[in-house]
Amino acid sequence: MAGKTLYDKIWDAHAVAQDGGETVLYIDLHLIHEVTTPQAFAGLRAAGRQVRRPDRTLAVADHNVPTVGQELGVDAVEDEEARLQLQTLGRNVADNGIEYFQMGDPRNGIVHVVGPEQGRTQPGMTIVCGDSHTSTHGAFGALAQGIGTSEVEHVLATQTLRQAKSKNMRVTVDGQLGPGVTAKDMALAIIGEIGTAGGTGSVIEFAGEAVRALSMEGRMTLCNLTIEGGARAGLVAPDDKTFAYIMGRPSAPKGAAWDMALSHWKTFYTDADAVFDREVVLKAEDIAPTVTWGTSPEDVVAVTGKVPDPDSFATPDKRASAVRALDYMGLTAGQPITEAKIDVVFIGSCTNSRIEDLRAAAAVAQAAYLEGRLVAPHVRAMVVPGSGLVKYQAEEEGLDAILKAAGFEWREPGCSMCLGMNPDRLTPGQRCASTSNRNFEGRQGRGGRTHLMSPAMAAAAAIAGHIVDVRTFL
Amino acid sequence: MKPFTRLDGRAAPLHLANVDTDQIIPKQFLKTVEREGLAKGLFYDFRFDEQGQAKSDFVLNRPEYKGAAVLIAGDNFGCGSSREHAPWALMDFGITCVISSSFADIFKNNCLNNGLLPVVLKPEEVEALMDEAKGGNHVFTVDLESQTVTAPSGARFAFDIDPDRKDKLLKGLDAIGETLQHASAIDLFESKRALSEPWMEDA
Ligand code: SF4
Repeated sequence: MAGKTLYDKIWDAHAVAQDGGETVLYIDLHLIHEVTTPQAFAGLRAAGRQVRRPDRTLAVADHNVPTVGQELGVDAVEDEEARLQLQTLGRNVADNGIEYFQMGDPRNGIVHVVGPEQGRTQPGMTIVCGDSHTSTHGAFGALAQGIGTSEVEHVLATQTLRQAKSKNMRVTVDGQLGPGVTAKDMALAIIGEIGTAGGTGSVIEFAGEAVRALSMEGRMTLCNLTIEGGARAGLVAPDDKTFAYIMGRPSAPKGAAWDMALSHWKTFYTDADAVFDREVVLKAEDIAPTVTWGTSPEDVVAVTGKVPDPDSFATPDKRASAVRALDYMGLTAGQPITEAKIDVVFIGSCTNSRIEDLRAAAAVAQAAYLEGRLVAPHVRAMVVPGSGLVKYQAEEEGLDAILKAAGFEWREPGCSMCLGMNPDRLTPGQRCASTSNRNFEGRQGRGGRTHLMSPAMAAAAAIAGHIVDVRTFL
Repeated sequence: MKPFTRLDGRAAPLHLANVDTDQIIPKQFLKTVEREGLAKGLFYDFRFDEQGQAKSDFVLNRPEYKGAAVLIAGDNFGCGSSREHAPWALMDFGITCVISSSFADIFKNNCLNNGLLPVVLKPEEVEALMDEAKGGNHVFTVDLESQTVTAPSGARFAFDIDPDRKDKLLKGLDAIGETLQHASAIDLFESKRALSEPWMEDA
């Protein structure tokens, strides 16, 4: 019999019952936030049901929160509907005894930054959240999936999810990334390779030397973007880096429990003779700093490259989408991508707002500053840490001082301009160098034009005032 | 959940690939605590210009597609954010079936959990249906029991669906109720787990 993949092992360890084609899968950790839960709690109440495991549920306020004045709590939220949503979450968690990091609590932040930071995210777990970028937690070798609100209600009521098993897919990145090339570039290059529907129906395990070499932050960035490749979830097998990251965090097991947990976690890896339904192999050396030119995360181009010609696409729908994308983005086929002039820079989101990301941005800012260069006068550049704790750590390291001196705004944590549900938004026609994960039309504000890239590349764009190869800053 | 059995209605063709849930229902409509009333935000930036005026050329704004119950869309429909507001908005607008050559996984689940039928057909079949949907004055039939879509010309295409999902849609069943029938298996799983992975209990 062929061996099992990491995904198979996690799946088998959580299968509670079989119901026709669906498995009832036990869920170890349920993360919740204000936007995708009110209807779920309302549904529970209407049916007279209880939250089965409040102790395995954790709530944060992230999508709607303003990135200034958070010490005021919900009162800092000017938008009435957003405030009501936050108040509703507050009531729902209080009624059900769920732990909640409120706005202003230093432990609060973007849900996918908070889970790992608190040590809640652990290898071999099943994790869900009403947010597609739950895939982030796969960096720890946890099966982590985004779900809809009906499913949130289902998990609240039963602590399980009904699901048919996905296919096994493996993406291997061999070799070593060059200088200035990061996990973000790797992720964008992979999506460019497989397409935004390339992972549909699959769980992708990332393997290979270049993946193993990534820090935990880098692995989170990589797994975060798995969903943009259409996959149900992304996984990296846990190793010593994973265990070292978890150790000592508030919810990590301690003492004898740690040893027990560790030997359990070490069983989560893909057997050498396991077979994948699909394998994709990339060479790390082929990956350059990568940016997006269009309105889908698969619209990628190396920073040294040119905006593509719509005629180069295979199907009529793709050609039509490319024409539309160029028009929306205000770009011309054949133009070097570095000609794109930037108005706004956003460094943040669950993709790239962790300490390592802020260090990378600050390093570029510092190198420029020492040469007497600041954020270009026509650019508004904002840095939004992923959590209160990330913000404090960055301040202890003096990163905020460097960034501010170079002309960046230093904000309070939240999703912010990643989706612009709070007041941080692009105005029509503004072009943004963004470290977030979606360059969809209107994602960062109606008519806003988003180019996805790494934190170092975004910081470099802020200084240059246009898209630029960060390697010229190194 | 309202059962889905069969529908006879107009179909609107949306010739775009990778339509994401931000486009289906933009963020400003996500601040609601209700499931209803989202039709006003459906495809908002496609349907309305910056002044809030209806764009007359968008397919769902054209009179011949008024009351369309079926949407035929390009590949990879519903990618992006997990927001269930997307199927809620489609249903609130009156669309109870979407046909495409592929759907993003989370969106597809969200549809099935709300009684909206996602139909996957081959790209050339989707193209053929889009062609037939031109002009709008027609009736398409989507029959879940026989798993077929019948175009106005009589052309009929069969589609696959998981038998359990089909059963739930046909009966309008609530998944939570079904899962709770396994409550004792969940109890047992948890008590075994408390012994084998005790550190998870005092998190
Ligand atoms: S940062 Fe962006 S992608 Fe991440 S959870 Fe928030 S809104 Fe979603």
